[in-house]
Amino acid sequence: MQIIGIPRALLFYHYYPLWRDFFTGLGLKVVESNPTNRAILLGGLQTAVDETCLPVKIFYGHVQELKDRVDYLFIPRLVSVEKQAYICPKLLGLPDMVRHSLPDLPPLISPTINFNRRGQGLYNAVFELAALLKVNPLKALYAFGRARGRWRYWQGLQQRGLSPLRALEVLDGKPGVAAIKKASGLRVGVLGHPYNIYDPYINMGLLERLRDMNIIVQTPEMLPPGIIASHVSQLPKKLFWTLGQYVMGAGGHFMQDGNVDGIIHLISFGCGPDSLVGELVERRARREGFPFLLLTLDEHSGETGFLTRLEAFVDTLKWRQKE
Amino acid sequence: MKVTFPRMGTLEIPLRAFFNTLGIKVIVPPPITDKTISLGARYAPEFACLPLKINVGNYLEAYEMGANTILMAGGIGPCRFGYYAQVQQEILADLGVNYQMVLLEPPRGHLWETLGRLWELTGRASPARIFRAGRLTWAKLKLLDELERLTAKSRCREKNRGQVGGVYRRALAWIDAAATLKELARAEGKIKGAFGALELKAGTPLRVGLVGEIYTVLEPAANLYLEKFLGELGVEVERGIYLSDWVTSHLFLDTLRLRREQRAVEKLAQPYLGHSVGGHGLESIGHSIQYARRGFAGVIHIGPLTCMPEIVAKTILPVVSREWDIPILSLFLDEHTGEAGIHTRLEAFVEMLRARNSFNQQLSLPGPAHSR
Repeated sequence: MQIIGIPRALLFYHYYPLWRDFFTGLGLKVVESNPTNRAILLGGLQTAVDETCLPVKIFYGHVQELKDRVDYLFIPRLVSVEKQAYICPKLLGLPDMVRHSLPDLPPLISPTINFNRRGQGLYNAVFELAALLKVNPLKALYAFGRARGRWRYWQGLQQRGLSPLRALEVLDGKPGVAAIKKASGLRVGVLGHPYNIYDPYINMGLLERLRDMNIIVQTPEMLPPGIIASHVSQLPKKLFWTLGQYVMGAGGHFMQDGNVDGIIHLISFGCGPDSLVGELVERRARREGFPFLLLTLDEHSGETGFLTRLEAFVDTLKWRQKE
Repeated sequence: MKVTFPRMGTLEIPLRAFFNTLGIKVIVPPPITDKTISLGARYAPEFACLPLKINVGNYLEAYEMGANTILMAGGIGPCRFGYYAQVQQEILADLGVNYQMVLLEPPRGHLWETLGRLWELTGRASPARIFRAGRLTWAKLKLLDELERLTAKSRCREKNRGQVGGVYRRALAWIDAAATLKELARAEGKIKGAFGALELKAGTPLRVGLVGEIYTVLEPAANLYLEKFLGELGVEVERGIYLSDWVTSHLFLDTLRLRREQRAVEKLAQPYLGHSVGGHGLESIGHSIQYARRGFAGVIHIGPLTCMPEIVAKTILPVVSREWDIPILSLFLDEHTGEAGIHTRLEAFVEMLRARNSFNQQLSLPGPAHSR
């Protein structure tokens, strides 16, 4: 059986069940890389250009960890997943960047998905992959439909408060948690891209630490898409980065609808869209006097500095609550 | 209403002509200095790219001179430039700076929308007058591009340092002073005459292509006067992008000519980068290959630090360099970049190119493998 490898980085956190179930539906075996660790990080740092952002460097590390165990690497080129918006320039070029900077790779499977252009939609990609892997296109279509249904269910689980990986376990039949405990305590909105928020290695276990402090965490993935869309539509100009929209929309919701006590925005060093989106969110928070902590992740982040800032922020929130 | 706009290369000359013809008061921000850059960097987001920061510096300096309206271009992504104006507006608002910003979004096929917005800005001038202003502006843009080409060709051959720079500065003044097409034609004659009268060294200088993100390519203050420096080292610099290209591709529909060239560049880049990545990332790769084919000695690739499209290009350019046998130097610039550091690296690069050239000649190789 042929093995398809999916790096556990970047859009993995958005689409993994969709991709995995599609390929397994075609009768292929799917493996993903191990959770980020020091070796993976170092592998990325050594091979990616210095100027690129941390998440792309980490992606490189995952590709290296995975490449010798698989027959194909799945690195799609996601240009745009909605009309008049893009993912990010670096992700548009990702398959080419990987192909040209890492040696001895297995063949890449890189369909282009671009909702802005005719002939590059989802179904084209499905048929393209079917032809490439020599499977019946109807079978591929069926596998895709089924995978998409399960992927939506997985997103629904996240909206009920599960982390992507926990939701995956539930999707795969592990017993779910009865109901998320409605603990009373401080509530913090954590903004950022899923590959930053849900990779405990690069964010030094932020979510876990917050929960240990009895803080209820809200993330953009836990919000209904409608809420995010309604806040994004209040912007003076359409934000043309899809991932930035989640951050911007969730940030607006957190501040306006008063359901969290403070916001932590996790950005990665060198992220282009974050440098502007983060600025817009932070300026708004400052204007409105909303507690806001910006944490920038890079490969040199020291745990002590990180923790000190986090604890100081939580203390501030506690004071405010007392008042 | 007193209109200002961000500086970029010599863009202020055609824009001044446009507004002056329409009788609108223009306040051009003072030339970009270290003060402009640090002013912008102080208020702009730390990890934003350099042009955004310099723009903010321009706005603040023009504000002190009495400007109250900014003319700024937009974009549709995925490059950050398309969201500059929104972020800059917030920065200015938080600083309590009272500016109105007029945005020119590139038309998604809606040329009329752009024109309509321009019309509002012109105080609803008569179409004939706008047409006149537009024609003069365009003619100046074209002449400025020609001036850049002439300067690059002559500077590397000048006998006394500074000769060409002097002509260049005078030529800018002549172009700026021309108030009609007729006067501009006269200025063009004078410029050609002045360049023709220059005494130049014989011999073929080293030829280097300059590719990269357009603002850093066009704005000498952002690239630390890279073209001038290379010219004085005796290197002939050719660029892939000029001011008029930016205007066509950003504000109006691409003309047919540009499209055709664009397609050729995309086709060359295709094996290395299969998709446009916004900004000028794809062009950086395509143009580098063109320079290799034309037998240039090397390519210099520049962009602002953290520029997303150019990071993609930088990742891929080493492969282009290897396969097309052409040395490529990538430089990223930001407000902390020091002139001495960049100049040292450029000098070393040029030395290497010279050594490589004479080595190849000694072996009497027929030039780069792909220049057929």
